Amino acid sequence: MTAPIDPDAKLQSYAHPERLVTTAWLEQNLRTPGLVIVECDEDVLLYETGHIPGAVKVDWHTELNDPVVRDYIDGAGFARLMSAKGIDRESTIVVYGDKSNWWAAYALWVFALFGHEDVRLLDGGRDRWIAEDRALTTEHPSPAPTDYPVVERHDDEIRAFKDDVLAHLGKPLIDVRSPEEYTGERTHMPAYPDEGALRGGHIPTARSVPWARAAAEDGTFRSAEELAAIYRDEAAIGEAEDVIAYCRIGERSSHTWFVLTHLLGVPRVRNYDGSWTEWGSAVRVPITTGAEPGELPAR
Amino acid sequence: MSTALPDSLAEIRDDFHALGEKDRLQLLLEFSNELPELPPEHRDRTDLFERVEECQSPVFLLVDVRDGTVHVHATAPAESPTTRGFASILVQGLSGLSVDDVLAVPADFAFDLGLTSAVSPLRLRGMTGMLGRIQRQVREKSAA
Repeated sequence: MTAPIDPDAKLQSYAHPERLVTTAWLEQNLRTPGLVIVECDEDVLLYETGHIPGAVKVDWHTELNDPVVRDYIDGAGFARLMSAKGIDRESTIVVYGDKSNWWAAYALWVFALFGHEDVRLLDGGRDRWIAEDRALTTEHPSPAPTDYPVVERHDDEIRAFKDDVLAHLGKPLIDVRSPEEYTGERTHMPAYPDEGALRGGHIPTARSVPWARAAAEDGTFRSAEELAAIYRDEAAIGEAEDVIAYCRIGERSSHTWFVLTHLLGVPRVRNYDGSWTEWGSAVRVPITTGAEPGELPAR
Repeated sequence: MSTALPDSLAEIRDDFHALGEKDRLQLLLEFSNELPELPPEHRDRTDLFERVEECQSPVFLLVDVRDGTVHVHATAPAESPTTRGFASILVQGLSGLSVDDVLAVPADFAFDLGLTSAVSPLRLRGMTGMLGRIQRQVREKSAA
């Protein structure tokens, strides 16, 4: 850990307060040595319209994905990327982005696959920073390349594949897509391009908690108490120690992965990044339609 | 009906191809900043507009066909410059064309702009969705 921890009172109520920083803290730490700010957005042009001074841009689509295989970059690719962004293995990374940190959480999750130790999210993300009238710039930093080591990616702990999900059935699953995607309504619209999966619906027994419910009106995360009410009570994960979240391609569920892992402290949370674009098109996997979670399929 | 790119869109495509990758994003940003304002008669008529579900951000389209000429109107929020850029390319490239010319635009035009590695194919699907919806509206509104 390079940069100090944000002592903000609200953050201390979370299981891992060291994973978040407030906009006020970040503004005071813009020049803290060893701190690198990374912007990662759903919209690829937002960074160009103005960003937090000193922030570098990481694009999930074009920089974190393997261009050919549906997978993330490998250890060598990650080392090259980190070096190009001026990030050391010891750097404190603060990630922020648009839409309540939706894509920023995805980037943070990918950084976690490579075991980068100190990665934090900016609570409230880009919108909060702008709403508070804090400084923006269109200047692109040119960081000096670093000597980031080639580390192997470790998928087991926080990433689930289709077979892992099949083996997991019976334990808590959270579907973080919109209600229409969950019920399966959004599929057969004549003369409209398809939505990227052959069937609509959800994985049997999965509870629906659209990802954005974790965010309050101002884009910051809800309090630990509110989050517990949503996930532990309403979605009935209770004190479960092993949860899988999924969405359409794994981006929105990274956000929920962050909430369950770092804010609520669930011991093992995996993100099924194949998500509905894989499950909804795979042969002979069980699915359910409608608003109810559905029954566990007989095996 | 043949599929061919009208001059207006061919020109836009050539402008993108003439640039290096980084500058292509800047050009898209320029398009985004130049999305034409709605004409006064459409400003408060959100009921007439069709939402583009393929885009994550709220994008709304309205197509007018008058005397065989197509007019495309679109709105997209400033916080979604990429989507605004796509909408702006289609609004500027398709408005003023004939019905047949608009319907002849290849469905995969978005992938012709040289943006696949800078913007990613997934995002370009949003633009393909917009074009598909514009063409469907043109078909519906020119059938009467």
